[in-house]
Amino acid sequence: MLTMPIPDQEVIARRAAIAAALRHIVPGEGVVEAPIEMRAFETDGLTAYRQMPLVVVLPETTAQVSAVLKYAHDNAIKVVPRGAGTSLSGGALPLADGILLGLAKFNRVLEIDYANRCAVVQPGVTNLAITKAVEHKGFYYAPDPSSQIACTIGGNVAENSGGVHCLKYGLTANNVLGIEMVLVTGEVIRLGGKHLDSEGYDLLGVMTGSEGLLGVVTEVTVRILQKPETARAVLVGFPSSEDAGQCVADVISAGIIPGGMEMMDRPAIHAAEDFVHADYPLDVEALLIVELDGPQVEVDHLIERVSEIARANNSATLRISTSEEERMLFWAGRKAAFPAVGRISPDYLCMDGTIPRKRLPEVLQGMAELSRLHRLRVANVFHAGDGNLHPLILYDANDADQLDRAETFGADILRLCVKVGGVLTGEHGVGIEKRDLMPEMFSEGDLAQQMRVKCAFDDQGLLNPGKVFPTLHRCAELGRMHVKGGALPFPEIPRF
Amino acid sequence: MSAVLKPETETELSEMITAAPAPLEIVGHGTKRHLGRPVLAGATLDMSAFSGIIAYEPEELILDVGAATPLAEIERMLAERGQQLAFEPPDWSALLGAQGSGTVGGLVACNLSGPRRLKAGAARDHILGIHGVTGAGNVFKAGARVVKNVTGYDMPKLLTGSYGTLAALTSLILKVLPAPESEETVVLTGLDDDQAVEAMSLAMQSACEISSAAYVPGEGVYLRLEGIAPSVSYRRDQLGKVLKRGIEVMATKSSTAKWRAIRDGAIFIDNPRHPLWRISVAPSIAPGMIRVLKDRFDIRYLFDWAGGLVWLEVPPSDDAAQALVRSSFAAGHATLIRAPESTRAAIDVFQPQAAALAALSGRVKKAFDPRHILNPGRMYRGI
Repeated sequence: MLTMPIPDQEVIARRAAIAAALRHIVPGEGVVEAPIEMRAFETDGLTAYRQMPLVVVLPETTAQVSAVLKYAHDNAIKVVPRGAGTSLSGGALPLADGILLGLAKFNRVLEIDYANRCAVVQPGVTNLAITKAVEHKGFYYAPDPSSQIACTIGGNVAENSGGVHCLKYGLTANNVLGIEMVLVTGEVIRLGGKHLDSEGYDLLGVMTGSEGLLGVVTEVTVRILQKPETARAVLVGFPSSEDAGQCVADVISAGIIPGGMEMMDRPAIHAAEDFVHADYPLDVEALLIVELDGPQVEVDHLIERVSEIARANNSATLRISTSEEERMLFWAGRKAAFPAVGRISPDYLCMDGTIPRKRLPEVLQGMAELSRLHRLRVANVFHAGDGNLHPLILYDANDADQLDRAETFGADILRLCVKVGGVLTGEHGVGIEKRDLMPEMFSEGDLAQQMRVKCAFDDQGLLNPGKVFPTLHRCAELGRMHVKGGALPFPEIPRF
Repeated sequence: MSAVLKPETETELSEMITAAPAPLEIVGHGTKRHLGRPVLAGATLDMSAFSGIIAYEPEELILDVGAATPLAEIERMLAERGQQLAFEPPDWSALLGAQGSGTVGGLVACNLSGPRRLKAGAARDHILGIHGVTGAGNVFKAGARVVKNVTGYDMPKLLTGSYGTLAALTSLILKVLPAPESEETVVLTGLDDDQAVEAMSLAMQSACEISSAAYVPGEGVYLRLEGIAPSVSYRRDQLGKVLKRGIEVMATKSSTAKWRAIRDGAIFIDNPRHPLWRISVAPSIAPGMIRVLKDRFDIRYLFDWAGGLVWLEVPPSDDAAQALVRSSFAAGHATLIRAPESTRAAIDVFQPQAAALAALSGRVKKAFDPRHILNPGRMYRGI
């Protein structure tokens, strides 16, 4: 189990006074302090970790968020921001000595501006609600994380969320035009807006994916797009992951960027088929779904080309969707892959590394060996187009040894991803889950530079401490550090 | 003439920055030296040794290059494999009186994007990784050779468009994309400013996947369609229906030349003494802005990015009419991209920021360059 910073007992002792001060800022039901009511906030999508917060505050206005943060800053109290709590990496895990700042009441769509093709929304609006608000005019918001029915746009900004369509349409960072945010001092700033690019440093780019460590987003302006005229998918089974991987490479080499390109391995195919009966082939090692979207004439043309490429790569089965129902059926299994795995195992850990695609066969091979070593099963779903791998490690949380083994297995998979030139996380964030693996990818000097950026936003380290960075440094100390050959002059860094 | 430092390795670069007694001006090929505020430097930091292709993997959509690699060399290499930098890097050498199209590091340091930025995103959306040395002499890297990555802060975006004020970049990892198989440009004539922006907005709201939309007063609106040929011609026909009017179609060759001219600000080249602004606003407010400015003086202008980018040339004056220009819009930003050095030293070349944001920018500068060694004052005074 990963450990969190040791709670400050002095702050915990002041709990009643802190709650009273917050009530003063957010009257009525905006402050939650009864343990039974705070229970709803004790975990997020990384359910193996639970922690009751010091107190929960649910402000409704930017002015309240500003006052809460200023109070926390003046009194040196930690703050954990939270949207819908769907983070898979523990980004919203509370702290025993920290205020949990929930943005759920910021749930209004403020403006839809079709002429400028953007929508201005509050951060607690769900990802899917943005699309729902504009779809009657044929528009949608492109990034579509699997949790889109529940996850909020504020959380998407914090995590730079992706989805199955991000190879073609980009991550959150590529679809957010502007934000209003509150610094930990309570200062309110605006970055971007309905216009493009930044006048100075790209702080919007830094905020997106900063996992709640730099500020609290109170308004978001997103780009909306006209829905593609049509979409069709091709479902291809391969006798080996090598063939499937080569097919993906050949599609991209042919100059085709599909709307979605997803791969599943044999265990994932079987779990999904047992669950949703999508008529997936069961005697293949890898299944590929390639979706083309755009005008009918383009989709028809490209689907033929993709099919030819698949056949040239030894496809064992190949079906092209001929109706919207059939296309949805192809996707049904993939989209239900997580719950499908949930049916065959009491618990699972969803990992999230990205690798250079061409290394897929050796990574799958390595994972099979690790699976034997740790005596736990693994199923793989893979955003094949962009190399983002989601191994699902099957375990039983009631058995402490299994959780330990699952976590070690997961860490080994991510180390393998880094070893082949990939990264620890493609879209789920570092959070607490991958925090202690950061040194696998970054030198101490690299991490120190990121922490200096943190200091520019939050000099006391009050926002979401214990996430992302494996060690805590005081900002003054980081300012003095000089890196020689990638190593910092403080070998005995305090770990938590 | 100031001294020239020419590091060959990151270690040497770090030592030179650490030892520098006075500010350094970072230079690749020097094509964008006149962009931004003038830097009062004790020496020039010549980065040209950091040149060359480190890795190009077309099927992974990845290009890893030395920061001083000539952009022209990169574009040639990508074209051979049918790929491109989708944000359409502009070449402002003629506009700024420079020779050659510069280095990829300079392009990224200035976050310059062309007409396709409308659909494909800016330079900052295509930078996946960076290596460099901060103003404190710290060698660091961020990002990786994969197209999807959220591990740690997005430092590549922060460094993109920082005009060398935070770190000297040594290498870059870029996302490359397939070049479209064909292109066509639709021309709409006889429109005034308001009608032009309205037509571009209508086109952008359709499913026609317009990759670029620009309006040149006196010429007309240009709408670019790219992709496979049958798709392009289908979308061209759809566009006629959406706009409910007859359309003209340009031949491929003149289409390519037209977008190059718009990208590079070609219509403004013949007036080198006239200050030139690039103003980023919500597209719908562009015509109103121009109406206000036209009443005050003789201007030349064009709209790119469907009206979201206004190129504005004003008559010569000491302050490049900054107050008037900046009071013509409420939200957005105006950057002075061409003016005499004395003007660029005297006024805010980049849009001034509100106090809290300016202070934050100052703290970010300090996080990388506490001694104000790298390109100080290039973007803002004190940064």
